[in-house]
Amino acid sequence: MGSVCIVAEHWKGKLKKATLNALTFGKEAADKLGGELHLLVIGNNVSGVADELKGFGVAKIYIVDDPSLEHYMAETWGHVVAEAARLCNARVVAMSSGTTGKDLMPRVAAKLEAGMASGVLGFDGRNFTREMWAGSVIATVEVKTKTQVVTIQTTHFNQADPVGGETPIELLNISVPESKTMFIEMHETQSQRPDPTEAQFVISGGRGMESGENFRLLEKVADLIGGAVGATRAAVDAGWVSNDLQVGQTGKKVAPDLYIAVGLSGSIQHMAGMKNSKAIVAINKDEEAPIFSIADFGLVEDLFKAIPELSRALTKELT
Amino acid sequence: MRRCSVKILVTAKRVTDPDMKIQVKRDGSGIELSSMSFKINPFDEIAIEEAIRIKEARGGEVIVVGIGNEQGITQIRNGLAMGADRGIMVKIEDEVDSDTVAHILVKVIEMEQPDIVLLGKQGVDVDDNQVAQLLAEYLGWGQACFASKVQIEDSKAKVHREVDGGIEVLEIDLPGIISTDLRLNEPRYPKVSDVLKADRKKIEEMTPTDLGVNITPKVVVKGFVESPQRQGGRFVADVAELVKALKEEAKVI
Repeated sequence: MGSVCIVAEHWKGKLKKATLNALTFGKEAADKLGGELHLLVIGNNVSGVADELKGFGVAKIYIVDDPSLEHYMAETWGHVVAEAARLCNARVVAMSSGTTGKDLMPRVAAKLEAGMASGVLGFDGRNFTREMWAGSVIATVEVKTKTQVVTIQTTHFNQADPVGGETPIELLNISVPESKTMFIEMHETQSQRPDPTEAQFVISGGRGMESGENFRLLEKVADLIGGAVGATRAAVDAGWVSNDLQVGQTGKKVAPDLYIAVGLSGSIQHMAGMKNSKAIVAINKDEEAPIFSIADFGLVEDLFKAIPELSRALTKELT
Repeated sequence: MRRCSVKILVTAKRVTDPDMKIQVKRDGSGIELSSMSFKINPFDEIAIEEAIRIKEARGGEVIVVGIGNEQGITQIRNGLAMGADRGIMVKIEDEVDSDTVAHILVKVIEMEQPDIVLLGKQGVDVDDNQVAQLLAEYLGWGQACFASKVQIEDSKAKVHREVDGGIEVLEIDLPGIISTDLRLNEPRYPKVSDVLKADRKKIEEMTPTDLGVNITPKVVVKGFVESPQRQGGRFVADVAELVKALKEEAKVI
């Protein structure tokens, strides 16, 4: 028996929604192990983040609050997460697989002498399942060490619902080591739109968009229904949109209610990032484009004709 | 004033061609590799390119390390043809996990004492994204993962990282670990003359036993299945039909 410890992901004092998906994994895993589910919130002034996590039925929320944890750093956070995992006797230590989880959790695994499984889809009490080869295959893996570290492919899990009740919160005293790495600055993507991983609706463009300017067409549709804009690697490489909009094997994995793929052919790598969307629409003038093979609705048309039309139709529909 | 030359260690993982369709063996024990072609992991190729650019700017040496079966020498040669100086092949027939790879690299790094270790952020086969981070922890070094820009300044490296929400800029002490993301550079295509020259460059071969590394994996793959194929739907004639379908069938708007 052992507990499951989920590391909360947060940004600017707010919980990242992926943590709620991670909680669903955590509950399932704790049930399988017959152990408790714990949450770990670390950073500077993070009691507000912990408050957001009250009432989800976890056994305990641990907090490590320290000014030197203000900026995420693999070295300092890695130390704190590993120490906290030891203190709460965690058998499985897990985090959502955003860039923070990906950067941090191997470091935690190394500190705990634990094996690690990346981007897990499930756990049966012994084995984890996870995708490999750009989502083409699902592997069953066993992590042989006593403690097991994982990142969670959160698109695979629904967000946990609040169940009410009090959740005990415990402050942990863990000293933070010096870091050999210095945070210089963050160039934030300036966008009023939601992140593709958190949106119910995503409209993505590929090479067919022809320029960054033309992404305005997609932004207009996104804004009509409060959605996010995504992109293929080709569009990001061309500098048309910011890097954090890349959807795919090595970028973001998304699973919104509706994904509209525009002017993109559908490489294996891109489809790995969006094939689990609930409904998929593909708009492309090439009817041979592979994206049509996984789309629920395909429209063979020039995007520069179809997208403005779609904007007009949605405006009418929604007003 | 003479700039200090740098010694850079890079990795070259041999992976299945990312554009080929993957098939699982009938008994689920592995991937059908007989008809596959192999390449350098694209992220490692970016690491090699970056290392060569740093060398070209400052002088120094680039060492390409491969870990796996002997055929991986082809990928090391690719790196040498791009402009790396010499190779190290750690031969191992068994399946290794990322942790074992990190432990092997620790030993190679102790032997070679590089200033910078540049690796791809993930192998596009098993998609772990772990080795650079594990390595940094085992060595007690700083890490800058998912790099989109690297500037070497004396004993430090200023690295732009592709993270959720934008670009983060870090400064790590050297020696340090950097893992590459897609936007760092566009790898060069080696000239024929460079490919020929690469044949004469030295590749040192060794085994995990020579390095004193225990290769018992912490993570074992017990089986594979092909991911369920998503079924396509139908074509719609125009935008009006599309909107109607989204409203009435998919019920998403």
